Amino acid sequence: MITLHINGEEHQVEAPPGMPLLWVLRDVIGLTGTKFGCGIAQCGACTVHLDGAAVRSCLLPADSVGERKITTIEGVGASEVGARVQKAWLDLEVVQCGYCQSGQIMAATALLAKTAAPDDSDINAAMAGNICRCGTYVRIREAIKRAAAGASGEGSAHGE
Amino acid sequence: MASNPKDLLTPSYSRRALLQGGAAAGVLLLGFTLPLGRARAASAAEFAPNAFIRIDAKGKVTLIMPQVEMGQGIYTSVAMILAEELSVPLEGVELIAAPPSDALYGNPVFGIQVTGNSNSIRAFWKPLRQAGATARAMLIEAAAQQWKVPAAGLTARDGAVLGSGGARLPYAALIGAASRVAPPKDAPLKARRDFQLIGHPLKRLDTPDKVRGGTTYGIDVMPPGVKFATLMACPVFGGKVRHVDDARAKALPGVRQVVVLEDLVAVIGDHMWAAKQGLAALTVEWDEGENSKVSSAQVWQQLRDASTQEGVVARSEGDAAAALKGADLLEAAYEMPFLAHATMEPMNCTVHVTPASCEIWVGTQVLSRAQAVGMKLTGLPAEKVIVHNHLIGGGFGRRLEVDYVAKAVRIGQHVDAPVKVVWLREEDMHQDVYRPVYRDLLSARLEHGRIEGWKHRITGSSVIARWLPPAFQKGIDIDAIDSGADIPYDIPNLRVEYVRAEPPGVPTGFWRGVGPNNNVFAIESFIDELAKKAGADPVQFRANMLGKQPRLKAALELAAAKSGWGEPLPARSGRGVAAQVAFGSFIATVAQVEVDAHGAVRVRRIVSAVDTGIVVNPDTVIAQLQGGLIFGLTAALYGEITIEGGRVQQSNFHDYRMVRIDEAPQVEVYLIDSDEAPGGIGETGTTAAPPAVGNAIYAATGVRLRRMPVERALLAVRT
Repeated sequence: MITLHINGEEHQVEAPPGMPLLWVLRDVIGLTGTKFGCGIAQCGACTVHLDGAAVRSCLLPADSVGERKITTIEGVGASEVGARVQKAWLDLEVVQCGYCQSGQIMAATALLAKTAAPDDSDINAAMAGNICRCGTYVRIREAIKRAAAGASGEGSAHGE
Repeated sequence: MASNPKDLLTPSYSRRALLQGGAAAGVLLLGFTLPLGRARAASAAEFAPNAFIRIDAKGKVTLIMPQVEMGQGIYTSVAMILAEELSVPLEGVELIAAPPSDALYGNPVFGIQVTGNSNSIRAFWKPLRQAGATARAMLIEAAAQQWKVPAAGLTARDGAVLGSGGARLPYAALIGAASRVAPPKDAPLKARRDFQLIGHPLKRLDTPDKVRGGTTYGIDVMPPGVKFATLMACPVFGGKVRHVDDARAKALPGVRQVVVLEDLVAVIGDHMWAAKQGLAALTVEWDEGENSKVSSAQVWQQLRDASTQEGVVARSEGDAAAALKGADLLEAAYEMPFLAHATMEPMNCTVHVTPASCEIWVGTQVLSRAQAVGMKLTGLPAEKVIVHNHLIGGGFGRRLEVDYVAKAVRIGQHVDAPVKVVWLREEDMHQDVYRPVYRDLLSARLEHGRIEGWKHRITGSSVIARWLPPAFQKGIDIDAIDSGADIPYDIPNLRVEYVRAEPPGVPTGFWRGVGPNNNVFAIESFIDELAKKAGADPVQFRANMLGKQPRLKAALELAAAKSGWGEPLPARSGRGVAAQVAFGSFIATVAQVEVDAHGAVRVRRIVSAVDTGIVVNPDTVIAQLQGGLIFGLTAALYGEITIEGGRVQQSNFHDYRMVRIDEAPQVEVYLIDSDEAPGGIGETGTTAAPPAVGNAIYAATGVRLRRMPVERALLAVRT
């Protein structure tokens, strides 16, 4: 039995030694917002936070997490930065299929929590590990900048 | 088809041909008529005028989505069309996925439930408007009866019927009476100037759940008591299981069962980790069968050999053979590789099979086929095979197949519980249906700076022949020739041929951009070569031959202007243009690239101008083009599946590379206002990117790439 602190709640879970956090979240606890994409930390769909830093949960053994606080997409909106990122994502209508976007939002939130006003190279460094097959990168970049600016724009920046 | 060449002159040729060809063969149930049958009897509690609309006694509007949402924004666009004609606000409507029913929800083009070919809006535009307008007319008639006034003087707005002097009856108060009104034939549709929703950039209805991780994709389904499975099919296509040693797997914690079928093995566990560990612990001996020696070298050799044969004539105008005799002849061969779909959500399907029932949870582009495969495998009737369709984490044509449903049902037949079958990324890469390899032979002759004669032979697999056999007629694959037979340029003598050549041992399927991917790349690259030969500017050369294609010409001129076409660039930088009529849309694209001394290509900027007719949700059209261009850019820069020993050699994103954010260019999309019927958009960017990038690389380096993906070694500076 291991104890995990997830989104402000404590969870006692049975998991074999070495079982990655991804599958504990999804299959044992039922937090399915964190996604499986590649299993080898190449795509970023499984990104969660450990004490606010972005990590790939598909390779992270759950029994190595210890006391560190886990945040998933289901809980990231509780932080001011996370909520700002989610809002920017909606304001700019970033999402297409959405499958990678949990990971994108987690990576972007971790970036902004550390670097309040990231430039393009900061964004590249923090986000290049997250693949979006729908190709929403142009809007992801814009949305990160909008979230950084704390702008509260209404409607879409496109299509008028 | 070839006997009626005039049909080929319009961009919608292939869809019409499909419709006509299919109808002749009796597969198309609906044609372009509206499936306005009532899904169930109207009741006092609900106004259910047709299969798409429900209004309850509280005025809540439920819209039934005939097409599946896989990122293209179709739920919102369909809802906008229905809500527009129904005169209800979009806020507060509930969207539900249609159940399996070809009769009620079949795609009018295919006659079955299909979301693909960028035709959701094109196929459903009129039927959905009629559905909404018919319901609105019935509600207005109900109000007219209540007020005892002629219906002609009444209007509807925001979910209510409005009469004279401020009289207003909300729909909720009319549902009983409206249910007794006979549906009118040809209820009047709104004029474009009266649209409140269509044409406005509205917020998507599916995205709020997606940004908080609240969407239940197929892979997220959790029926009570669900077990988790992962599988491996013989890595050589068509191979079988010979022997399995499962002792080590069964000893692992959480592993519950090993299922061995003729062609695959699966491990069932308490969670995906147990299943994955269990699969890795199996020792499987395969009977690899007849494809064990298949290699890419063999695939290409066979394709090249096949392309030397004369093909079936898909279009013939004037006398191409005569026009191709003489000086200034140019010939070239272009090739496209196998590609995997690599949807971010790997293939998965959850099933619960009992002797009496089969329940399926899945994201599919072909819902009724998913049900049919469940019925076939279990022998159960339709009412016992329940299919729940889920939002899709990337389709791109992969989920037009039901192989992953079939495998899950076959596994589920051996499991005494609901079981979620999730493919590992490696399995997803190894057991895809691949975008076919193609080879295009082109020859053309110039006279006075214009193309006098043109010959294009397309050689490749026919996906249509497997996927929709009645539509494969007279040796022509209407998808493989799409945007090839209907080349937009004004050429007096031309001949387009198709040679069907199936690759040995590699299954092929539809892949975002389908046939036009190949044809637009080959044609637009070759047109660039001809412009060079003519000593003409590539934009001007094209524009001179687009006299009969004013919509494409306008897009070309707009893209050129917005991209700064002709303005100087640094050394080893260049712009390339591509123009296309595909999926009923007219698009011109300019890519700007830099190529470094090692041959690495950086795409800095892509500008697209599009006339796609009346636009339902402009922001969605822009998003689809932005994303489609990057999808096509991944294919152009990195995409290639290779085969050795009958096996796909790539396995995951480290060796099947994707464009990432640090490589993504600035993408600008310009919409051209239009009164024409809507075109398709989901696949258009993908077809545009490779030729635009290839032509830009030529402009930057002088090296003509006739094969995708980009081969860096050819572009490196020779020292």
